[in-house]
Amino acid sequence: MQFPILSFIVFTPIVAALIIFLIPEERKSEVRVAALAAASFALILSIWAYFAYDIRSGGYQFVEQVSWIPALGISYKVGLDGMNAPLVLLTGVVMFTGVLISWGIDDRPREFFTFLFILATGVFGVFVSLDLFMLFFFYEIAVFPMYLLIAIWGWKETREYAAMKLTLYLFVGSVIALVGALAMYFTAGLGTFDMLELEKAGFSREFQILWFPFVFIGFGVLGGIFPFHNWSPDGHVAAPTAVSMFHAGVLMKLGAFAALRVGLMLLPEGAKFHMGWIILLTLVNVVYGAFIASVQTDFKYVIGFSSVSHMGLVLMGFATLTREGFIGAGIQMFSHGVMTALFFAVVGMVYDRAHTREIPKLGGFRNVMPMVAIAFIIGGLVSMGMPGFSGFIAEFPIFMGVWKSYPLIAIIAAISIVITASYIIRVVGQVFYGKLPQEFEGHVHDVTVLDKIALVILSFILIALGVFPGWMVPLVESGVEQILRLLGGA
Amino acid sequence: MNFFTDHILSIILFSPVFAAAILFFLPENQEKLLKWVSFVLSLIPLGFSLALWFLFDKNAAGFQFVEQFTWYAAINSSYHVGVDGIALSMVLLTTLLTPLAILASFSINENIKSYMILFFLLELGMLGVFLALDLLIFFVFWEFGLVPMYFLINQWGSEKGEREIWGGLKVPARTYASFKFMIYTMAGSLGLLLAIQMIGVVAGTFDIPTLFERWTSLDKSLFGLDISVVKAIAFWAFTIAFAIKVPVWPFHTWLPDAHTEAPTAGSMILAGVLLKLGAFGFLRLVLPLYPMEAQRYAPALAFLAVMAIIFGAFASFGQTDFKRLVAYSSVNHMGFVVLGIAAAAYAMGGENAIIALNGAVLQMFNHGLSAAGMFFLVGVIYERTHTRDLNDYGGLFPLVPVYGGILIFTSMASLGLPGFNGFISEFLVVRGSWPIFTLYTALAMIGLLFTGAYILKGIKQVLHGPLNEKWVGHLTEINPREIFVIAPLMVLMLWIGVWPAWILDVINRAVLALLS
Repeated sequence: MQFPILSFIVFTPIVAALIIFLIPEERKSEVRVAALAAASFALILSIWAYFAYDIRSGGYQFVEQVSWIPALGISYKVGLDGMNAPLVLLTGVVMFTGVLISWGIDDRPREFFTFLFILATGVFGVFVSLDLFMLFFFYEIAVFPMYLLIAIWGWKETREYAAMKLTLYLFVGSVIALVGALAMYFTAGLGTFDMLELEKAGFSREFQILWFPFVFIGFGVLGGIFPFHNWSPDGHVAAPTAVSMFHAGVLMKLGAFAALRVGLMLLPEGAKFHMGWIILLTLVNVVYGAFIASVQTDFKYVIGFSSVSHMGLVLMGFATLTREGFIGAGIQMFSHGVMTALFFAVVGMVYDRAHTREIPKLGGFRNVMPMVAIAFIIGGLVSMGMPGFSGFIAEFPIFMGVWKSYPLIAIIAAISIVITASYIIRVVGQVFYGKLPQEFEGHVHDVTVLDKIALVILSFILIALGVFPGWMVPLVESGVEQILRLLGGA
Repeated sequence: MNFFTDHILSIILFSPVFAAAILFFLPENQEKLLKWVSFVLSLIPLGFSLALWFLFDKNAAGFQFVEQFTWYAAINSSYHVGVDGIALSMVLLTTLLTPLAILASFSINENIKSYMILFFLLELGMLGVFLALDLLIFFVFWEFGLVPMYFLINQWGSEKGEREIWGGLKVPARTYASFKFMIYTMAGSLGLLLAIQMIGVVAGTFDIPTLFERWTSLDKSLFGLDISVVKAIAFWAFTIAFAIKVPVWPFHTWLPDAHTEAPTAGSMILAGVLLKLGAFGFLRLVLPLYPMEAQRYAPALAFLAVMAIIFGAFASFGQTDFKRLVAYSSVNHMGFVVLGIAAAAYAMGGENAIIALNGAVLQMFNHGLSAAGMFFLVGVIYERTHTRDLNDYGGLFPLVPVYGGILIFTSMASLGLPGFNGFISEFLVVRGSWPIFTLYTALAMIGLLFTGAYILKGIKQVLHGPLNEKWVGHLTEINPREIFVIAPLMVLMLWIGVWPAWILDVINRAVLALLS
């Protein structure tokens, strides 16, 4: 039998969470070491799975299936394809760097890492699930620890509000999506939640048109689709650093990915019918998100709203229903995940030292932490779609896809590039350059070695993808072929 | 040897990256070491491009030393590079000016390591544009070059001066200038980006030689619009992006700010090479991709060029800041490049078009030499006096006779005195354009008159007139390092002025191919 690599990836974090929970509370450094070991293991496995995937044969690989509740046709079924392989890798990377960044957490680290790892299992699970029920199962596992992580370790001013808002938004979204999923289950009448079977169920056009918006928008809430994006900047800001990294870096992809997997791939006719107006929503995301980001004075809110703008591009790529659009969206999910993890890591490092995030009060941080400044600049260049960095590789095909379907929208959406450039330059200038304010003299120190390692890993990925897209694009392309087959064949 | 000739363009293109990587691992505080290592490393691309110059077959048509590798196969873009005579002369200019600019930066003392790394990345961006034969690769390098330039202005720009922005907020002038430069150029290339995406979608490839045939012969309607309308819009998207970079009036307003605030070496490269990127874009992309549109709108372009020539000269004459004076002179001189291009586009073949276009390309090269030289000389005196105000100088000739001689020499080359390079190229442009756009060319002569005026004004204010006593004893003569920077430029100015055939032969072949 084949080595069950995906199960190992999915369950490593939760097993680690249990082990960590058994460590006595006061032995904090052992907790940290255990967390790092587990994260390294998950990262190595996800790198392995990523590169072991055979692009030429395509399709779902490393498939495992174990019947779970046979009476309802629910089984634990996982598989890797071109769309989710980069996301699994992304989760591995964010988890690893997240642990590195959180090394300094002193308030109940044991519980913190436990919840963080439960969250990670949920995220891995959603990405690799091929069973609709399991997908929801893992989805809820991912959302719930988020509440605690924000409410307990979050920013004191807004954590209760933000945690509540986030959780309610996401629950409402997932309930709506669940209704759609149940409708699919019963209408198909196959007695199975297996998505590969449901793909072939041949839902009637009317059915698809009716239910597609439920599923797509329901999951889209977690992807930050306008007008349901409101929870996300609040949630990002309130969350502690590692959680923000997870949240913006990985969780938002969960929404977009599920909207793709369940909405688009199971209800392709519905997608074709509705995408005309959905792309308008994503256009609002892209342009309005960038504009709102540019008028924020809180460092973390700038990044929070920039996520709304960039996730809009992912959903816009889906909404084009073109090959280029899907390829771009697939890469953008990965690229944005790494970029925004980098951003939130930097914001956290600045905040930990300055204890304020008001941009006008900051300045000159390059002098005390030069590496952080360089990392932020690299992230910023990715964010503004500068060629040579991964953002360009991702956004370019998305725009090509939009040109194919709605040329006018491409032109309007492009405005966001200049807006993004302007706020990134402003933030870089005001936070990292200029004079270090007097009150920080002597109090602000450079980041730790672990922080630097995390930053180097994230920056390296962004540049590597920008210069040599060849290590990811063919993979995503093979995943996209599958989606196109469903869209064309239905 | 085979590997060398097969990959010479990639070697030239990526040797700056190699240099930057080496610098990255050198200790930050060894300033002298960093400076010398940078200078030596910057000679590598120069050496290779000289080799390229001699290996280049002047009589062969088409692109040479072509290399092609898969890069972004999903959207049919590949790493595709090659040179023709126009690109070759620009590559030589870039690799020549970079070591000189680095040598000119020896007086910089802060953060020398990052400065040099940025400089090499800038060189990478510029070379990439000249060598690219793939539209996406072209754009990649086009945009990428902005980043190092932004930081060079923002971090090492002049420390004096403040600018008031909206809301009465005061920001340092270099912050203002670098921001304006970045946003202006990025906004300008937005249209270019969109047009490139559109072309990629319609033509299914980004390969420039393929597009020359496929895009021009396209005749179905697109997006519910007639193909001619789509092409006209795309033409203007390209044109505006390149016009901002050149810069053509009225898109030039970023230039005086950026030039004035940039460090000396930054201005040298900005005026010497970066402005050429815009003109090169016209030659490489606009003329071959949009021959019909270029012909139709050439009069408009020529009009803007003449405005640039005239207003550039007037504005230059009106400056009291020495560096701004030189900055506006770039607008004036680059106007001739655009005038030549417009004339060639309008006539599309024929003797006059060939002459005008040859002149335009040579003018690109010449302006690269003289503008870099002028900015360097402004930098030399600024470093000693810490002022750029022309009224603060006066009668300095007796104090710095060697500097004065060099300044007059370079100014005369810039002015277009016969015997110097500027004369040859401006004469060719004027001679070629005259039968095509008689009125515009005649109007441009007004500009030429004022070119003489502002250059003489500069010389007079700095070197002649009553001696400003406060400099006596404080002003030191130009030093050997600085002479070493300017000497190669002076040699080339004179050489091209006396015997231009060696470079025109190379350019002419590419021009003929372009107009056929």
